[in-house]
Amino acid sequence: MSFLDLDEFLLELAPRVELVFSPIMDVKEFPADVDLCLVEGALCNTDHIEMAHKIRRLTKAVVAFGDCAITGNVSAIRNQLGLGNRENVLQRAYMESAQLNPCKPALKGIVPPLIERVMPLHEVIRVDYFLTGCPPHAERIKSFLSQWLAGQKPRLQGLDLKFG
Amino acid sequence: MAAKTLTINGRQISAAEGSTVLKAAEEAGVEIPSLCHLDGVYDVGACRLCLVEVKGASRLLPACTTVISEGMEVQTGTERLIKYRRMTLELLFAERNHVCSVCVADGHCELQTLAYSLGMDHVRFDYLFPKWDVDNTHSLFGMDHNRCILCTRCVRVCWHIEGAGTKNVSGRGGQSKIITDLNAAWGKSDSCTSCGKCVQSCPTGALFYKGSTVGEMVRDRSKLEFIVNAREKKLWVYQD
Repeated sequence: MSFLDLDEFLLELAPRVELVFSPIMDVKEFPADVDLCLVEGALCNTDHIEMAHKIRRLTKAVVAFGDCAITGNVSAIRNQLGLGNRENVLQRAYMESAQLNPCKPALKGIVPPLIERVMPLHEVIRVDYFLTGCPPHAERIKSFLSQWLAGQKPRLQGLDLKFG
Repeated sequence: MAAKTLTINGRQISAAEGSTVLKAAEEAGVEIPSLCHLDGVYDVGACRLCLVEVKGASRLLPACTTVISEGMEVQTGTERLIKYRRMTLELLFAERNHVCSVCVADGHCELQTLAYSLGMDHVRFDYLFPKWDVDNTHSLFGMDHNRCILCTRCVRVCWHIEGAGTKNVSGRGGQSKIITDLNAAWGKSDSCTSCGKCVQSCPTGALFYKGSTVGEMVRDRSKLEFIVNAREKKLWVYQD
C-alpha cells in the first residue's frame, strides 16, 4: 500500500520499468532474468523459503522491503513462544479462537507448514539492499528507486534508515 | 580548577581536570554516541557505545568513565570504532525484542535514533527472541523488559536523584533484569515514591506511562535537568 503512496511518481516509473511479478498481477510463476525484486514480509512457512531461494536464483538485486523482511517484526513475535510455537500458534488460531468447526489445517498442499521460527529474509538468502520502515515511506522508496534507475548503487542514510 | 590539554581527533582542546573524555568532547563540540550516560547521575560504562581509542591504551576505553589526562590523544570516529559501534548496536537489537513498529517509544527512542544515525539497516546476528514479561502492576507506569537494554539509567536516577532505591538489577549477562525492590511486582513496592524519574530517564520504550500507545511515549527530561541543576548549580529554575 505504501508503494501506491508514490502517487505521480508511479507515472514516471511506469514507462521505465517492466513489472513482471507482483501480488496485483495474474502471474503464477516467478520469471527469469529479473533485475530488481522487492521482497515483502518475513519467512514463516516452507513455501516462503522455497520462494526466497527461487527469487535469489532468478534475480540480480534482491531488496528486503520493510521491517518484516528485515527483522521479522510483528510476524516474528511468535518466536518468543519458543521453538514449539508452531503447534501453539495453530492451536490458538484454529482451535481456541474458532467459533465454528474448530480443526487444524491438515490436508497436504492446502496450507504450507509453518517453520519453527519466523526468519528475516537475509537469514535465508543473500540480500543486496535493505529498505527499512513499517511501512517504508513513499519518499524512501522513491529515493531508492530513483538512485537505482539512475544506475547508482542505492544508498539511504539518516532518517531514511529508521525502523518502525 | 586546573585545566588539562588533550587532543580529540587531532584537534587540541582543554577541559577541567577530572572531566571525562565524553564531557570534554561534548564541550569541544565532538559528538560521541552513548546510551547509558545521563547528565546528573554517575557513569557506569554499561552500553559500550561511547568507546574511543586512546593512544597508548591496549584496548578501547568507554569515554564516559575515562578521565582525561594531560597530553592524552583520543580518536572518536575511526573505522575500527565505527565497526564496533555498529556491532554493539546490532547486538542490543538482537538480545531482546525491539519491535519498533509497535513500540510506545517509536520516533522518540534513543536506541532507534542511534541505529539510523549510525547507518544500521539490518542486524547481522540471529535474533534471540527471548520471552520477557511486562510489569503493569503499578498504577501509573509500566515496565516492558522486552525493550530494556540494561543501561541502568532508571536504577541510577532512582537511587541518586530520587533517593528511593526501588530499582535494582538482578541476574547475570543476558538474563539480567531490572527489578523493583527484591523482585516484587512494581505495584507492590514499598519503596517506590511514584515520582516517575525512571520513566523520564529511559532511552527506549522499556519504561512508559500507562495508556501510551505506539509512538506516544515522549519523555520530558527537563524535570530531571531541573533537579540536577538545582543540586549542582543551586539554580531552582527551568532552563530552556
